[in-house]
Amino acid sequence: MIRVVLPQHLRTMAKVGYELELEVAPPVTQRSVLDALEARFPVLRGTIRDHVTQQRRPFLRFFACEEDWSLESPDAPLPEAVVSGKEPFYIIGAIAGG
Amino acid sequence: MSKVRVLVGTRKGAFILTADGKREKWEVSGPLFAGWEMYHLKGSPADPNRIYASQTSGWFGQVIQRSNDGGKTWDAPGGGVTAVPGQMPKGESNKFVYDTSPSGKPLTTHQWYDGTQHPWEFKRVWHLEPSYTDPDMVYAGVEDAALFRSTDGAHSWQELPGLRGHGTGPKWQPGAGGMCLHTVILDKKDPKRIYIAISAAGAFRSDDGGKSWKPINQGLRSQYIPDPKAEIGHCVHHVAMNPSRPNVLFMQKHWDVMRSDDAGDNWKEISGNLPTDFGFVIDVHAHEPETIYVVPIKSDSEHYPPEGKLRVYRSRSGGNEWEALTKGLPQSNCYVNVLRDAMAVDSLDKCGIYFGTTGGQVYASADAGDSWAPIVRDLPAVLSVEVQTLP
Repeated sequence: MIRVVLPQHLRTMAKVGYELELEVAPPVTQRSVLDALEARFPVLRGTIRDHVTQQRRPFLRFFACEEDWSLESPDAPLPEAVVSGKEPFYIIGAIAGG
Repeated sequence: MSKVRVLVGTRKGAFILTADGKREKWEVSGPLFAGWEMYHLKGSPADPNRIYASQTSGWFGQVIQRSNDGGKTWDAPGGGVTAVPGQMPKGESNKFVYDTSPSGKPLTTHQWYDGTQHPWEFKRVWHLEPSYTDPDMVYAGVEDAALFRSTDGAHSWQELPGLRGHGTGPKWQPGAGGMCLHTVILDKKDPKRIYIAISAAGAFRSDDGGKSWKPINQGLRSQYIPDPKAEIGHCVHHVAMNPSRPNVLFMQKHWDVMRSDDAGDNWKEISGNLPTDFGFVIDVHAHEPETIYVVPIKSDSEHYPPEGKLRVYRSRSGGNEWEALTKGLPQSNCYVNVLRDAMAVDSLDKCGIYFGTTGGQVYASADAGDSWAPIVRDLPAVLSVEVQTLP
């Protein structure tokens, strides 16, 4: 199971707690995790990635194993610790606005 | 006894204010969608328990929310949890995609601030306008300016591409607040007639249900537009209409308060004795179609009331002759703004008038503006106010 942590507003929209678990078929990548997340929680479609371009929204970042994965290819394999469920995949709202 | 329900959108959530027909004691519920910018909420005239809301965020984009029980519970249409992990979602309630079909005369660019062409980019929904007759039909005015319509209760949205494609689209350019389609007015008597307004393109009308459009800006004068017959380019802030007289429109332009008696084909200025004719809101009395309301704002560089006095101005003669309404409103040290969608009228007798400020106050008058009292004083900045008159 892949563990995912959402920012507060998206937890409220999806009606989930701090962390959720997803079944993701390999290969486990940003794209496959987000595809599974949006399939299970359609209300999140468009809130993390643009509906059409599928690009990450500018003020959201992706972290795993204390590293910023935001600029990595969406098809790059995520770390084994995320695949095994040892570490969560974090979706974080940028600190912006003063 | 009748009731009123006031729907308030703010920078940090939505609030619902309710009272009986006396409009003296108010219940305040909220914040709904706490922390989100709620640009607009509006109830369906065909089913007052059906309310649509535009929820938006610089972080997470656009979400459309819908209530079927008068605002007690909400859902993003089509946004429920699917039963089987891996199944593709069916709902697209948040998806606003510009039409690119050949039949829609697709446009890919509009004019940018520096005069160059710039791609159309969806940012948010400014205004939701439900149909008079079908609770599942609702129009959305969006930034960058376009008109969308849903016929399935906001599950999915389709652009009415004839507006952007009618010919002047490449010359539209953003106002200071962005290039937003902020006003949508439906004609109760003629379902095929739609009025819209865009900052800073102007006002437009369709007489065939949104297929084709014409600019309706003749008679508008703007200092920065040398051509007195310019088809587009005017910064229209808001347009209002009394449903009983759909050919008579009132407009608060960037500067100037205007009136048209021929469905927007021609406009004349009615600013008269206003202390300043800059402003954002304008509305019409529910039962007296020649009684109109504005809130004058000092200037385009100083967005607050002149002299620090919050005054609603009322004309009972369709314009030109205005009286200041001050009873119950702060008459010193008041430096709030009243944004374009933040005034509404109920249909009780006497007509109730409501407006919200960027200082978080929502004021109500139960006597057509003669006197005012705050319903709430300390909300986040108010973006929009709508009111429903309920049996």
